[in-house]
Amino acid sequence: MDLNLSDEQRLLRESAERFVAESYDADHRRKMANDPLGFSPDVWTQFAELGWLALPIPEEFDGLGGGAVEIGILMEAFGRGLVSEPYVATVVLGAALIERCGSTAQKQASLPKIADGSLKLALAHSERAARFDLAKVATAANKTARGWRLAGSKIAVLDGHAADEIIVSAHIHDHRGPSGRIGLFLVPATAPSLSITDYPRLGGGRACNIELPDVHVPEDALLGDGRDALPAIEWAIDRAMAALGAEAVGIMQTLLETTLEYTKIRKQFGRPLSANQVIRHRLADMAMQVDEARSMALRAALKADSTPIERARAASGAKAKIGKCARFVGEQSIQLHGGMGVTEELEVGAYFKRLVAFDTLFGGSAHHYARHARLGRASVPA
Amino acid sequence: MDLSFNAEERAFQDEVRGFIAKNLTEEMKRATALTPSVFSDPDIGMAWQRALHKQGWGAPGWPVEYGGPDWTPAQRWIFETESARAGVPNVNVMGVKMVGPVIIGFGSPEQKNFYLPRILSGEDYWCQGYSEPGSGSDLSSLKTRAVRDGDDYIINGTKIWTTHAHHASRMFALVRTSDGPRQQDGISFILIDMKTPGITTRPILTIGGDHEVNQVFFDDVRVPVANRVGDEDKGWTYGKYLLEFERGSGIASAKLREGLKAIADLAESDLTGRAIDSPDIATRISEVEVDIDALEMTELRVLSALQTGQNPGAVSSILKLRNSEIRQAVTRLGADVIGHDALAVEPMRPLYKLNREPATPEEMLTVVPEYLNGRAYTIFGGTSEIQRDIIAKMMLGI
Repeated sequence: MDLNLSDEQRLLRESAERFVAESYDADHRRKMANDPLGFSPDVWTQFAELGWLALPIPEEFDGLGGGAVEIGILMEAFGRGLVSEPYVATVVLGAALIERCGSTAQKQASLPKIADGSLKLALAHSERAARFDLAKVATAANKTARGWRLAGSKIAVLDGHAADEIIVSAHIHDHRGPSGRIGLFLVPATAPSLSITDYPRLGGGRACNIELPDVHVPEDALLGDGRDALPAIEWAIDRAMAALGAEAVGIMQTLLETTLEYTKIRKQFGRPLSANQVIRHRLADMAMQVDEARSMALRAALKADSTPIERARAASGAKAKIGKCARFVGEQSIQLHGGMGVTEELEVGAYFKRLVAFDTLFGGSAHHYARHARLGRASVPA
Repeated sequence: MDLSFNAEERAFQDEVRGFIAKNLTEEMKRATALTPSVFSDPDIGMAWQRALHKQGWGAPGWPVEYGGPDWTPAQRWIFETESARAGVPNVNVMGVKMVGPVIIGFGSPEQKNFYLPRILSGEDYWCQGYSEPGSGSDLSSLKTRAVRDGDDYIINGTKIWTTHAHHASRMFALVRTSDGPRQQDGISFILIDMKTPGITTRPILTIGGDHEVNQVFFDDVRVPVANRVGDEDKGWTYGKYLLEFERGSGIASAKLREGLKAIADLAESDLTGRAIDSPDIATRISEVEVDIDALEMTELRVLSALQTGQNPGAVSSILKLRNSEIRQAVTRLGADVIGHDALAVEPMRPLYKLNREPATPEEMLTVVPEYLNGRAYTIFGGTSEIQRDIIAKMMLGI
């Protein structure tokens, strides 16, 4: 049992924190918020050079073989600067699903390109009618003479506008109708008749809705051998929630520090705000919740490769708890900044909005406490 | 980074399990499960202390030269976790975890030689004389006075909330020996034999129906100056040192987990009409479980930091705050889970000596008293408000 960072992990943290501090400031973030791409291709190239795109990819595919803990270290630093590059879409979700589901040829075709920065991916899984139920997929995949025909609609696709290829989940149909298996299909963003409507995402970056009105893809677009991909999707999204949880911790830490500074400087009634016990106690609660969130993000990362139920409970527990902490820390940061907190002149609002996006993505606290409870009673250890 | 135990740690875990299986009697286990107060009755607690002492495990946190087992932080974690899982009795923490470390840190060689073995063996039972009727959160305003008279102090005043004073053979107390410019100056840390003439103890019944705390009166109580720990007027420093131990040395999550498990088992039982089938109850159980997970990870992070010699600092206040709040959430949940059975009051104590059929099933007997007594968790050892002051000052610098 040891929760101290290794030397490599410490180096990763230092270099990520340094990069974010030097490359990301308020001007850069404002520029990105109005940018049609929403992130900087130059920064993406630097990510590749720093080895961050290769981080979780196995060494045999030109990766560094890192795990969820290393991803968490990186993501926490990203949170400090509200990084908007499509890291989760491409690396945490995309590369993970290809590694887990793809054939050797598919992995060989994609993973080294993700690692060197020349391939960006997105996962198109969520559908309007499914809400947060990962098993509910109405998009259909029908076998044709030359491959597959995909038909359906996807929403909330993270960074789909920037992706070269989109991993689309679809319910595989055979001659009897729905097979009960979900397949993952690698669809080029340029596929005929596929349409992408992108929009600025709450808290930075972009997302899109995708229409697939009979999109034809070749046979080998299906990742792997066509067995049900739902367990892989759950696995990948659990990992993404751990990674996003770490990012939320970084965001909360920045908000805590910013708010603390402000309450020391801002004077009312002839003394700093922080001279009031009600303010000090609020900040103590915020600090405590940041610390709890940090513990939960780390826990979810450390259990990312456990048994499915243990992993899922750790991920849902973290998502629910960090979401709750994030709302508190974010809302109180605005409150303690007073009127300035609700303006676009300060960045408190931008950080808060990213936290709201975190809490919403893949289901909020209520959804994940319920999932945690559902998975729980079957798995109580003896 | 690794959450799992290595081979040595697993071997130690087996050793602890073996020890508990051999020494924890059914009677001790049942008595502990049926104790709704914070502390076990001394006859149960001290029987366990004697068993631990025989094994050389009487004082896990002490240096090896004073009889500590020389465990790593991971070993302490395993010991505490296995103890909680098995439901072992509480030992006299005022001796082992509170006054012991102060005597080790600041006591004279004579004090160490006399008192420490008696704590280990369970021969002495200690209580803590800190709070006074006029000095709660503002502890250093205390007024119980010790006046020098030759080789003795003569003590007058009163202490309150004194847990198990009615069982204790000795008390460690903070007393005023002079009036310095600051109220923290002029306090001394003194060890008092509870049989000394002039000491009277008045029971205070708490809302859960238990007699655990007392008020203790001192009328011209003569205590040798040799019983003072460290320097005269410097007791505040030693007293604060002790409070940090009280708040931060605990590994609380394992006990909370067992408490929640008992409630979840009730919720899954026909005794409560399967309370768990209500989505609200199921979700609340998960919410509390996740809070325990978070506390456990924080405890493990602190332990890992300790293992490399880092100082956890004000995090002891975070641990105390969260432990007390989660404890209250567990007991509140329990009172809701048992439904109408929460209406029944069982005044008999100790519950494990109840010699008639209770109005509710035995596994529910402690639920409401624990909820009621549990309100004290955010008050004793420094209220939650004081802990927030400490966090703001020590961690945030405001």
